[in-house]
Amino acid sequence: MNDYLKHLAQEAALGRMGRREFLGRAAALGVTALGANTLLASAAKAAGPQAGGTLRVGLQGGSTTDSMDPALATNQVALSVIRLWGEPLVELAEDGGLDGMVAESFEASADAKTWTFKIRSGITFSNGKAVTAEDVVATMERHSGEDTKSGALGIMRSITKVSADGDNVVFELDSPNADLPYLLTDYHLVIQPNGGKDDPAAAIGTGAYVMKAVDMGVRFVAEKNPNYWGDLGNAETIEYVVINDNTARVAALQAGQVDMIDRVPPRTAKLVDRAPNITVHSTAGPGHYVFIAHCDTDPFANNDVRMALKYGINREELVDKILNGFGSVGNDSPINASYPLFTAAEQRTYDPDKAKFHMKKSGYDGSILLRTSDNSFPGAPDAAALFQQSLAAAGIELEIKREPNDGYWSEVWNKQPFCTSYWGGRPTQDQMFTTAYLSTADWNDTRFNNEQFDQMLIAARGELDNAKRTQMYADMSDMVRNEGGLICPMFNDFVDATSDKVDGWVDGVKGHALMNAYAPLKMWVKA
Amino acid sequence: MHPVLKLLTQRIALSLILLLMISVLIFAGTMILPGDVAQSILGQSATPEALENLRAELGLNDPPVTRYFQWFFGALQGDLGTALTSGQDITSAIGSRLSNTLFLAFWAALIAVPLAIFLGLLSVRYKDRWPDKLISGVTLASISIPEFLIGYVLMYLVAVKLRWFPSVAMINDSMNLWQKLNSIALPVAVLTLVVLAHMMRMTRAAILNVMQSAYIETAELKGLSTFKVIWRHAFPNSIAPIVNVVMLNLAYLVVGVVVIEVVFVYPGMGQYLVDHVSKRDVPVVQACGLIFAAVYIGLNMVADIVSILSNPRLRHPK
Repeated sequence: MNDYLKHLAQEAALGRMGRREFLGRAAALGVTALGANTLLASAAKAAGPQAGGTLRVGLQGGSTTDSMDPALATNQVALSVIRLWGEPLVELAEDGGLDGMVAESFEASADAKTWTFKIRSGITFSNGKAVTAEDVVATMERHSGEDTKSGALGIMRSITKVSADGDNVVFELDSPNADLPYLLTDYHLVIQPNGGKDDPAAAIGTGAYVMKAVDMGVRFVAEKNPNYWGDLGNAETIEYVVINDNTARVAALQAGQVDMIDRVPPRTAKLVDRAPNITVHSTAGPGHYVFIAHCDTDPFANNDVRMALKYGINREELVDKILNGFGSVGNDSPINASYPLFTAAEQRTYDPDKAKFHMKKSGYDGSILLRTSDNSFPGAPDAAALFQQSLAAAGIELEIKREPNDGYWSEVWNKQPFCTSYWGGRPTQDQMFTTAYLSTADWNDTRFNNEQFDQMLIAARGELDNAKRTQMYADMSDMVRNEGGLICPMFNDFVDATSDKVDGWVDGVKGHALMNAYAPLKMWVKA
Repeated sequence: MHPVLKLLTQRIALSLILLLMISVLIFAGTMILPGDVAQSILGQSATPEALENLRAELGLNDPPVTRYFQWFFGALQGDLGTALTSGQDITSAIGSRLSNTLFLAFWAALIAVPLAIFLGLLSVRYKDRWPDKLISGVTLASISIPEFLIGYVLMYLVAVKLRWFPSVAMINDSMNLWQKLNSIALPVAVLTLVVLAHMMRMTRAAILNVMQSAYIETAELKGLSTFKVIWRHAFPNSIAPIVNVVMLNLAYLVVGVVVIEVVFVYPGMGQYLVDHVSKRDVPVVQACGLIFAAVYIGLNMVADIVSILSNPRLRHPK
């Protein structure tokens, strides 16, 4: 029986038999679904990646106004396109560690103030030119400086000098930072010939693919780069199609026009998974949907008001109804288990009595105005309505003001004292805190000004002892949790789906959606 | 001057003046939109420095009147400027989008217009009997259902279940005509369903109106078959209202199909315009607005001219 089962698994892995059919037959042989799935996964791995074919991907978020300049990339489509043709110095590994890309290896000085990256020898750009340390330096220069429009400017600010030294690139920092390599995984920072100063949108890099057709916001076609140094990239051709409409994206997958899609709407994800040829993958990530209050504006300047709001939100209900279970409850800190040095704090739960107590203690008895819009996160107005109800049980009146999508990020977010918003998260605590909780950060959207917190953040950067760092980050996370203006009810999962024509999905990859946007390169088309 | 020629000249001049006024309106309208181009381009990831740099680079600090005249004279010479967001030349970018939109509109019209007129004639022929009621019922139902819903239903049945046609109507230059037609089959079907009822009902009403006239009775008394009476005597006299409604629907096919473009991921003008509106890319919005207005005015002008020419009293004045 065992041999027969193995044979079946192999057939299924090679695509000669549907996944459902395999599970059915395995069940008939008395194997549990879990066991059968594990068997199938190992058989798929044994069958191994297959080269060739065309892999087609339906993506959400692209627009005709996008640019091929990696400095200006802001959405999942732009990120996915960059992954095809370009590479940063280092990249997040699947388990949250680091893999060398353009840099072969890297090391820090003892004080973590100077970092040296060794450029991989013998690799070339897709235009045939060899990659030099000077190209890396030029790339970093283009993303820094006060006249740049790069989305990576915030990261580059702490770097005082980048210089070439033979095959090495040396980064000098204004203060110690043990996380610098993590910062350099930022997708804007792909290495371009002469830093892309000559032609930023040329899409020439060291990536596994070469762009063949580019139609912004519509379609991208790339072919395998025959001179690629690494082992990424299985399909001969990768085609991205921008499908912003949720129903159309799912239909395209069901109709077999694309092999994988991102952002399956949580509301229909379970239905989609029921289709025989489709598998839905849910990946926990650092992204979170939030209510943010300005700690320096009345009535939120009073910490008791903030605590009342934190106790007055029903996190489980929001995860159930807004994320349809595709997510996990938040704990009023931007940090969750997807961060490398995470320590769990006690889970805060819905407690109308405590909410009432804190509200009374604050002395504020008026209503609270919450601004929201459809694009602040999917289902935000519904979440606001649920928040309103759970607060009402504590005798707190929440007034909801619906704002237009248009101009929400310029007129409401980071301007109005209380609104709904989202964060995509960052690879490390340091980056997340530096971006949004340092008192001097541009995006300190909760106006969290805590001197002690700022000092600890700087100190933690230079701390190379991981146990100490872990404790520091746990303390900082608690500060935000107990004193901050962040009400974080939920962390949203990435929900992607693939058809049975492709294989090689890996669960739990950290970073962005679709296996940190590497799914098209790491998966393969079944023969 | 021949009175028809005079009428036509008046019509065309009026249309041009209208277009000029609309250009002012478009320009003024895009000026008073809330928000800021630079902020919209950079989105949530905007730092104050990046914002200030971008704003200076885009020349958003010049006075509006100067910008209007620069834009207007540029547009007269076929130069619509460059897109703020991508730095691309708008004229060439719009060119391919517009030709896609016209391609879709052309095939939808090619099917919908003759079909609507034929169905209109048919329902007059079988007035108040079951074919008339069936045609009216079906077309009215299809116009009453929102177009995106018809799109989703067709997508589910035809693309997902039957797999006859693709659900994503993606066309590009490397496809031949047959592949392109296969690709746009579903949007063409939806658009046909959407515009059919309006034209068909108008054809029916206009012809029925004429059917009350004395000369129709004469034709019937001459012993002509009902269909011949309708086709030879009633139809030519009801051309004016029919052409009017046909032109309105053609204009809709060009300027109003953004929902269909989104649902079927068709790379046409509508999607292009919406993307740029949300990024506050004012030059592109102005250019699209101007083109849409020109299409609308142009088609209505054609409708007017056809009605004038189809009126024998105007063609042969005493």
